[in-house]
Amino acid sequence: MTNRLMTAVAIGALLAAGSALAQERKTIAVSIPAADHGWTAGVVYHAEKAAEEVKAAFPGIDVVVKTSPTAPAQVSAIEDLAAGGNLDALVILPHSSEELTTPVQAIKEDGTFITVVDRGLTDPTIQDLYVAGDNIAVGQTTAEFLVDKLGGKGEVVVLRGIPTVIDDERIKGFEDGLKGSDIKILDIQYANWNRDDAFSLMQDYLAKYPKIDAVWANDDDMLLGVLEAIGQSSRTDIKYALGGNGMKEIIEKVMAGDAMTPIETPYPPSMIKTAIYMTAANLSGQVPIRGSVKLDAPLITKDNAQEYYFPDSPF
Amino acid sequence: MTDATMGQVRPERRLSVNWVDLGPFLALAALMVVGFLINPDFLAINNLTNVVTRSAFVAIIAVGATFVIASGGLDLSVGSMAAFVAGVMILFMNALAPELGTSAIPLGMLVVVAAGALCGLANGAITTIGRIEPFIVTLGTMGIFRALITYMSDGGTIPIDRSLRDAYRPIYFGDVLGIPVPILVSLAVAGAGAFILYRTKFGRRCIAVGANEEVARYSGVSVARIRTLAFVIQGICVGLAAICYVPRLGTATPTTGVLWELQVITAVVIGGTALRGGRGHIWGTIAGAVILEFIANLMVLSDFVSEYLVAAVQGAIIIVAMLVQRLSK
Repeated sequence: MTNRLMTAVAIGALLAAGSALAQERKTIAVSIPAADHGWTAGVVYHAEKAAEEVKAAFPGIDVVVKTSPTAPAQVSAIEDLAAGGNLDALVILPHSSEELTTPVQAIKEDGTFITVVDRGLTDPTIQDLYVAGDNIAVGQTTAEFLVDKLGGKGEVVVLRGIPTVIDDERIKGFEDGLKGSDIKILDIQYANWNRDDAFSLMQDYLAKYPKIDAVWANDDDMLLGVLEAIGQSSRTDIKYALGGNGMKEIIEKVMAGDAMTPIETPYPPSMIKTAIYMTAANLSGQVPIRGSVKLDAPLITKDNAQEYYFPDSPF
Repeated sequence: MTDATMGQVRPERRLSVNWVDLGPFLALAALMVVGFLINPDFLAINNLTNVVTRSAFVAIIAVGATFVIASGGLDLSVGSMAAFVAGVMILFMNALAPELGTSAIPLGMLVVVAAGALCGLANGAITTIGRIEPFIVTLGTMGIFRALITYMSDGGTIPIDRSLRDAYRPIYFGDVLGIPVPILVSLAVAGAGAFILYRTKFGRRCIAVGANEEVARYSGVSVARIRTLAFVIQGICVGLAAICYVPRLGTATPTTGVLWELQVITAVVIGGTALRGGRGHIWGTIAGAVILEFIANLMVLSDFVSEYLVAAVQGAIIIVAMLVQRLSK
């Protein structure tokens, strides 16, 4: 596959110009947030992996990965990366939409191909390619699973993260997924996408509600705290405790056929890898890729878990 | 000579100690009554032990913070430090586990306390030798410790070795005569802290340094030494808290202990210790930590606060609790 692509590239290059110019090395800059929690750590891991693999597969392409701890630092980073004036493509997962929009636009005006990942810019016309997961589907797929397994009725508690669009979309998807069933959401509270906060909140839910059929934590980090709290309580009424994102510890449970956590829904940090590969394809071969790519959040079960399992990733 | 001056102050201080120390406990009692009225499950023995056990980390760290704050310092790095030393502890135990088995656990405990003490020593030494405001020093080390745990874990998770997990779990989940181990640890730490602060020369000097640095210095007290030691005690307490924290989830992550420093400082102040120094109340601090955790618990158990407003109500309760104390004096 790669070889055939390589041949195509080589032939294309020869036909197109026949000059040395066409074989000039092209550069993709990748700008992502620094690893400060599990998901961003996964993004860094997959970006570095993709850089290695793309460089090996396409000798004509160089990939530079740069992580930034804050939005202002990311602005400086992309300005530095573009300073040479010969940046062919920028793959960016913006810290914040507002702060990064203008700086990315400036780079775009120099003729750089712009790939935006996960969080959109405020002006979508800047991007040439947009790759993201589907937060609504993360909630909805989980809800549909519960409706199916609980036979359309039961009582669930929900742990949400930090007030953001991502969090709101997941909750909305979940509520939509439950519509039409007799499943009742007993309680929704914030637990900051933090294991310890989720542990405390779950203990409190258990104290408050004598019967809970299922728990949904809208992120896997929280799910780990939830499972610990349930384990300690020796309660037997809870049939399912589900998460979301695709953390490897949870995928391992799914692969092992865990009774309480038999499924998972992905919001995979590997989407950065998808974006880097597509961008490389655009630079290397004549592959039209402009547009939006929304990665679905299908149900991960024992059967397809392998596809989403990255044992070496920190997430 | 120092003791002579201190001795004169003491009788008067003792009287006021009892009154001010009572304040946080009255607040705690009031909170329990309100909690019970809102939801009778609040006083279920299971809920009470859960909540008090959860408050143990902040309580243990806050005992150390009482020394730092009473002596006129401030430590913002404790949350990050807890995450960092917990990471060091887990990596150390995991490295020893294949050879030593479960006896890696007590060694890990020694290492984590030593690591905490060293972190505290660093904070104290930079503050006193460098003559830099403790706020700035510990803001710096807060970032450093947080970055170190992130680096050690590649931004992900440092899990404890599976072979150690079950052996270590009882330190958080176990109990002695029905009292969970972390509660016993925090009581022991508070007992030791109260003894040091109220009954030893060092404790009295801590208060003296915080009350008036110049007077303490002219009385022959080494201000730098006292303040540095207070930071070391703080570090040791962070190490002890980590010992109880690690077995709960069996991991350390870059989000471990985020914002604990604010909870710790709040617990200390609710407990009656003056933020500007010169006064310290160990048992009040413990009550403060328990109050904070109960407020959070009550927010979940009650139904009439929107999830969006929880933080506002928590903030209001803390301010009201402080006002009640101030007025009752």
